[in-house]
Amino acid sequence: MRQTGLVAAGALLYSRDLKLAFRRWEQVTQPVVFFLMVTTLFPLALSPDTAQLRQVAAGILWVAALLSALLALEFLFRSDYEDGTLEQLVLSGQPLWWLSLVKAAAHWTVSGLPLVVTSPLVAVSLAVPSQAQWTVIISLLLGTGILSFLGAIGAGLTLGIRRGSVLLSLLVLPLTMPALIFGARAVDMAIMGDSPKGPLLLLGAMFLLSMSLGPFATAASLKVSME
Amino acid sequence: MNLSDFFYMGGYAAFLWPAYVLVLSVLVYNIWAARRAHQEARRAAARRLQMEETRS
Amino acid sequence: MWKWFHMLASPPHFYRIAGITIPWFAWPALVLILFGLWGGLVKAPMDYQQGEGFRIFYVHVPSAIMSMFIYSTMAIAAGIGLIWRMKLAHAVAAASAPIGAWFTFCALATGSLWGKPMWGTWWVWDARLTSELILLFLYLGYIALRSSIDDPQRADRASAVLALVGVINLPIIHYSVVWWNSLHQGSTMFNPGAMSIEMKWPALAMLFGFMLYYGAVLFVRLRAEVIRRERNAAWLREELAR
Repeated sequence: MRQTGLVAAGALLYSRDLKLAFRRWEQVTQPVVFFLMVTTLFPLALSPDTAQLRQVAAGILWVAALLSALLALEFLFRSDYEDGTLEQLVLSGQPLWWLSLVKAAAHWTVSGLPLVVTSPLVAVSLAVPSQAQWTVIISLLLGTGILSFLGAIGAGLTLGIRRGSVLLSLLVLPLTMPALIFGARAVDMAIMGDSPKGPLLLLGAMFLLSMSLGPFATAASLKVSME
Repeated sequence: MNLSDFFYMGGYAAFLWPAYVLVLSVLVYNIWAARRAHQEARRAAARRLQMEETRS
Repeated sequence: MWKWFHMLASPPHFYRIAGITIPWFAWPALVLILFGLWGGLVKAPMDYQQGEGFRIFYVHVPSAIMSMFIYSTMAIAAGIGLIWRMKLAHAVAAASAPIGAWFTFCALATGSLWGKPMWGTWWVWDARLTSELILLFLYLGYIALRSSIDDPQRADRASAVLALVGVINLPIIHYSVVWWNSLHQGSTMFNPGAMSIEMKWPALAMLFGFMLYYGAVLFVRLRAEVIRRERNAAWLREELAR
């Protein structure tokens, strides 16, 4: 029998996850709707004055994106855990860190990317000037990626725990705070007209770190939860 | 310096004393909490052993 | 040497040894802390810039150092428990968490009380304060995770993974004042030229007092953990009858 190679196994898992996600379309759209609604709340609550909005836009955008991506994190392993697929993946003989990486990447594609695509629209509604649009997109692209890779660790640890979603947020948010600080700072600097290169590079470094080390921690957490 | 100067702490008394009192209270609390955890564990274990004895 | 190590890890032996050791930590801790208090509040000269208000340093800095020291102890113990499957190591991590969380809270609260009169603000979002706050959240998350998992083995191992993932925060806290120049002042304790010994010694006394204190309280909690985890009735029955 031919052994499935790393790349083939990864591609299989990735495409399967994407297919499943698009079958349950609400799971893809819910975080986006949440994102749109939360960002609408702020101009209503604070003030629709564009000068004022511009000052807080970076923070609102980032916090809302983070919380929306967090919403979707719960579903990363849950359905696979419930129907036994996760057990099969752990026992499959493929390196678990690789499978974790692929699953987190699929999650990022399905939940993070829609947020990134919606972000220019949301940014405009928060009076973000066009010079900052690219920074918004890039920073959120990296930020949602960081959340997927770090969040997978939390999702693995809280498998099957009752009311695990609250615990999940409690565990994942402290880990993502540095990313939030630099991401929001980058957008803020771009809005003010300064170059956001510094924070963006740091954000990129965090992204690489979370993508390379995160899957190992995720694999460890899955093994612990499935013992 | 005399006692009232000591308590006055050059005007910083309102900040300094709460800080010291807070830390010392936390230290005392942790001693108490740890001892209570120990006593509880002993009590629970004694209860558990007693139940096993009466059952067997 | 390994024989001694294995003996130490055996629950009944550990329980008894810990019971004997605790006073040897506790009383020196008390003496050192009282000495440090006298040194900090009475003997040490006041700071030429900050006056008497500076004295908060003597509770703030040892608390902050302990908050990080205990987390690293917790993480190392968690790692040992994970790799070598030692129950006692997991117990050390579990017992350390609440103590560490309280020290972190003390560091933040005393820092706030120091910051208001000196720098005019209760809080500022600079790198060191923010990462110390994140440390508190990490402790709380660890404790929350432990208490939400019923199976003790899974609780041990899951919280161990979490503790290890959070370790990355420690170098950030420590080096934040080197990498970024913002409100929190630079390193004083670990920087040889930064403070004269006649002002520094009470802080050192407090720090060592706190460390011995941590040892004593840790061992009390460990005794509780050992009893809680121990299923073998024989030595327990004997012990409880004493």
